[in-house]
Amino acid sequence: MDDLLSEFLTETFENIDVVDVELVKLEQDPNNKEVLANIFRLVHTIKGTCGFLGLPRLEAVAHASENVLGKFRDGVIEVNADCVTLILESLDQIKVLLAHLEQNEAEPDGEDKDLIDRLNVAAEGGLSGGAAAGVPEVAELEVPAVATEPAKEVRPGEVSEEELEAAFLAAEGPDDVDVPSSDEMESSSATEIEEQAQVEQATSAEEVKAPDQSGAPAAGGQSSIANQSIRVNVDVLENLMTMVSELVLTRNQLLQMLRSQENSEFKVPLQRLSGVTSDLQEAVMKTRMQPIGSAWQKLPRIVRDLSNELGKKIDLVMTGADTELDRQVLELIKDPLTHIVRNSADHGLEMPDVRKAAGKSPTGKVELKAYHEGGHIIIEIVDDGKGLPTKVISDKAIQKGLVTEADIANMSEPQIQKFIFHPGFSTAAKVTNVSGRGVGMDVVRTNIEVIGGSIDLKSTEGKGTTLTIKIPLTLAIVSALIVKVAGQKYAVPQLSVVELVRTKPGSGYVIEKISDTPVLRLRDRLLPLVYLSDLLGVRAPEVDMGELKTVEEVEDDATTDNAGIVATVSGDDFQAATQKVDEDFIIVSQVGSQTFGVVVDGVYDTEEIVVKPVASILRDISLFSGNTILGDGSVIMILDPIGLAANVDSLGTEAAEAKEEEEASAAADNDDTMSLLVFKAGSDEPKAVPLSLVTRLEELDVETIEYANGANVVQYRGVLMPVITVSPHQTLKTEGRQPILVFSDEDRSIGLAVDEIVDIVEEALQIELGSDNPGQMGTAIIREKATEVIDVSYFLTQGFGDWFTTTEKESGKLNKRILLVEDSAFFRNLITPLLATSGYDVVTVGSVDEALKLKEADHAFDLIVSDIEMPGTDGWEFAAKLQEDEKWGKTPIVALSSRNSITDVEKSREAGFFDHVSKSDRDRLLSILGEAIDVEEDAA
Amino acid sequence: MTEIIETEQTFSKDTTDFVTVEIAGQMFGIPVNVIHDVFMPDFITEVPLAPKEIGGVLNLRGRIVTAIDIRDRLGFPARERGESCMAVGIERNGESYGLIIDSVGDVLSLDKSAFERNPANLDPRWRQVSVGVFRMDEDLLVILDVNLALEFDTNGVQAA
Repeated sequence: MDDLLSEFLTETFENIDVVDVELVKLEQDPNNKEVLANIFRLVHTIKGTCGFLGLPRLEAVAHASENVLGKFRDGVIEVNADCVTLILESLDQIKVLLAHLEQNEAEPDGEDKDLIDRLNVAAEGGLSGGAAAGVPEVAELEVPAVATEPAKEVRPGEVSEEELEAAFLAAEGPDDVDVPSSDEMESSSATEIEEQAQVEQATSAEEVKAPDQSGAPAAGGQSSIANQSIRVNVDVLENLMTMVSELVLTRNQLLQMLRSQENSEFKVPLQRLSGVTSDLQEAVMKTRMQPIGSAWQKLPRIVRDLSNELGKKIDLVMTGADTELDRQVLELIKDPLTHIVRNSADHGLEMPDVRKAAGKSPTGKVELKAYHEGGHIIIEIVDDGKGLPTKVISDKAIQKGLVTEADIANMSEPQIQKFIFHPGFSTAAKVTNVSGRGVGMDVVRTNIEVIGGSIDLKSTEGKGTTLTIKIPLTLAIVSALIVKVAGQKYAVPQLSVVELVRTKPGSGYVIEKISDTPVLRLRDRLLPLVYLSDLLGVRAPEVDMGELKTVEEVEDDATTDNAGIVATVSGDDFQAATQKVDEDFIIVSQVGSQTFGVVVDGVYDTEEIVVKPVASILRDISLFSGNTILGDGSVIMILDPIGLAANVDSLGTEAAEAKEEEEASAAADNDDTMSLLVFKAGSDEPKAVPLSLVTRLEELDVETIEYANGANVVQYRGVLMPVITVSPHQTLKTEGRQPILVFSDEDRSIGLAVDEIVDIVEEALQIELGSDNPGQMGTAIIREKATEVIDVSYFLTQGFGDWFTTTEKESGKLNKRILLVEDSAFFRNLITPLLATSGYDVVTVGSVDEALKLKEADHAFDLIVSDIEMPGTDGWEFAAKLQEDEKWGKTPIVALSSRNSITDVEKSREAGFFDHVSKSDRDRLLSILGEAIDVEEDAA
Repeated sequence: MTEIIETEQTFSKDTTDFVTVEIAGQMFGIPVNVIHDVFMPDFITEVPLAPKEIGGVLNLRGRIVTAIDIRDRLGFPARERGESCMAVGIERNGESYGLIIDSVGDVLSLDKSAFERNPANLDPRWRQVSVGVFRMDEDLLVILDVNLALEFDTNGVQAA
């Protein structure tokens, strides 16, 4: 891009931002001549420069708004909200044009006639106060003569030289393009502007550069600020910063070396070097610092627009705008800040009448405060609005299924309020233009956490809300916890570390496992754990957490470090830690709303580290956010808490996916695999029940189990649930918690008390031995052990003698005859009682041939349920055959299969099946059957 | 990218200077002008989950250097424990890399006329990193293109 153009763009964008702010000031204080003159001058500069660069469209818009501003200044028209809105609108249009210019290096086609016309109307008093409006003649009279002087060839209302002159006298700010902040604007010199004005009247392209390049120096003596600041490319600063970081590291290394030597002659010079380096680092850091005010610049305008749009009166108070922070951080918090302020104005503050009724001032207040605290910047956004409605939030959280009502009861108010940081959570009843889409606060939180910050919330209902954001001063140096895994050190950014827990037997903290998933009980909550060694793949996963590492293994860990290359192992505390090998350290981390524990072998102290990006070929590894050189000169990888969190998540899902895949492939091999719940009851022999039949697994306090009417019952979800034992030898536990399998149907449940839930297995199940014992379906081999498969229907009738009969009456499906075609005896045994329970009359056959025989024998059914994979004729062929059949052609047929890929389902539909249901999905089976019956009845 | 141009340029002159390095008994040549340093890799920190060619990261005078083991890159057997090694430091896109090799030999000025493109039957792994061969009196010198040596499939990288 043309240098000239890019400078123009930079300058104009800055100017426009200033005008935005100033206009809002002007609106509040219409008599402030200084502000007005400042605005006028800035807009005039924009217009002038546009003219030189040959940007007629921009010029026209700038000209028209300048016109209106000129009338303000002359007192011809009054400053009012409508006019200001209009000028802001024209500024927006200028921004649009500039953005286009930036991208395409040319103005977009078209013109802004409508806007300009409206501006002209405003200039003629069309928008100003009651009296002037609609009486253009009056206004015209008041327009100074210049406007209509044709000899000067000025456009309608164009500013004459005299007017300019007047503006220069009134304006007190230098046209300081380097320092956009408005207060600096005000201390300025007239000379510079005059010079600019002259330049603007020049025509040669060379001179166009003058306002930017020669303008400031020419102003020399008068303008001190312009002289004191120069524009420096950000890259130069970044480079400087990197080099200083290197220097700091080298200094640290030297100091470390010095510590091991007594009375070294280097001691004094090194100390001086150290001091100078620290100063240098600080100075360079300062060059990257910008006042936070530059991130706030847009807020007054936003709040003003909001207050107009929403009809609220809002007072935005900003303190600490000169608090400085790293420009990189600044860029990153701009958007979150804007969002929060919008939120406060939109959701937080009430309408004026509501405020009055609540005894507050009708004008709502949003306060922004920034200050330093330690190595952090604290930004507070305080509003005196209605606060966060705890009840609404908790209701919404329950509705969204984030928590249960019981959980809410145990939660403190702040805890509940923090749900607003949950993805997709918005308490705004209606979605407004401004906010309420529920994509807000979680994004804000994530953005802030990405830069190592944190956000906290305090709210009192009716009084207001305070959001506190804590962000690091800079991203370049972070405090990190150094941890050790498999003999190698890693850095974990301190900000994501909530606490450290040391586990060892007898300490109260023990790692427990749920089906290979490690968890930790931490203050009555279960904390999911990951072994860092597993994530990094640096050591085989520990098979058993109870298994203690032997001394050999520990030594192994230390020596297998780096083949052929000496590792840098130091730190006596680590040695001590590994001697007691049954210890683990858990770093409790929080990322977003996710809290998890990372298990490491050892923990060192914290160090200030300079984050350096990893080489591009290592960038795909999401677990690392960078690397750094420690004080001892060794390079270590920095773990990325966000990457860790993602892995905690995906470990679960990956395992589940892998399991699904396994299931899918197992299912393809064998139609009969299913999930079985293996448990023990009454004896040590394992027993099993198909998982699909079990509604819930519960652990009930034995105290709650009562004895009534000759049976054990428990009050469960508002009704009495009989608790029965699997075998007569079995006794209920006398203390602690009793594991119970709950079977439910409609609104009734029974609990089957078991001694212990062992596992859930996926097995190709074959009942090897039938059984005549009541309550036992037979014996099968599960996980290479003979396992009793229990007959659930038997226990159902034990709990409720009329289990099957009542449902039959109620269901109204009486006498609906179903033909079940299923080659597996096990599934026949499983599904028949299920269908019978639901009130169907079931006939089962083991093959398609048998089914066809029934057809020949003129048996009629209301519905056919068929397996797909069967020896001989398979389900699809069977369905296709029936399509054309006279006798059974109209009978709906439902596919029941363990093959449930999309293609299978498609194939079933094509073959003429009414629907395709998974064998394990009993609820869906029943609902599909119901539908099919309805369809059949409608057809008949 | 500049290195590629330089590499091309080296062939445009009559003679070119190469540093010879030895990897698993085989001599390779690396154009002198792409080499920034020759150093003894010390205290290499392994990077878990990285492609296996990546030996790790190390601190070379305050810079973090990513070490690539050329043995792994070319499919040679891994170095025996205790066997010494050297590294050749190069820069690429502003990042520092170190190619780990067994030892560094001489600097040779080789005549362009003795250069040949890779023979058609060269092992594809080698062809990936080599731009051609110099016929020398006793030996053949395979020219290693350091850029090609750094271009390898990182798809093997997995998060966990």
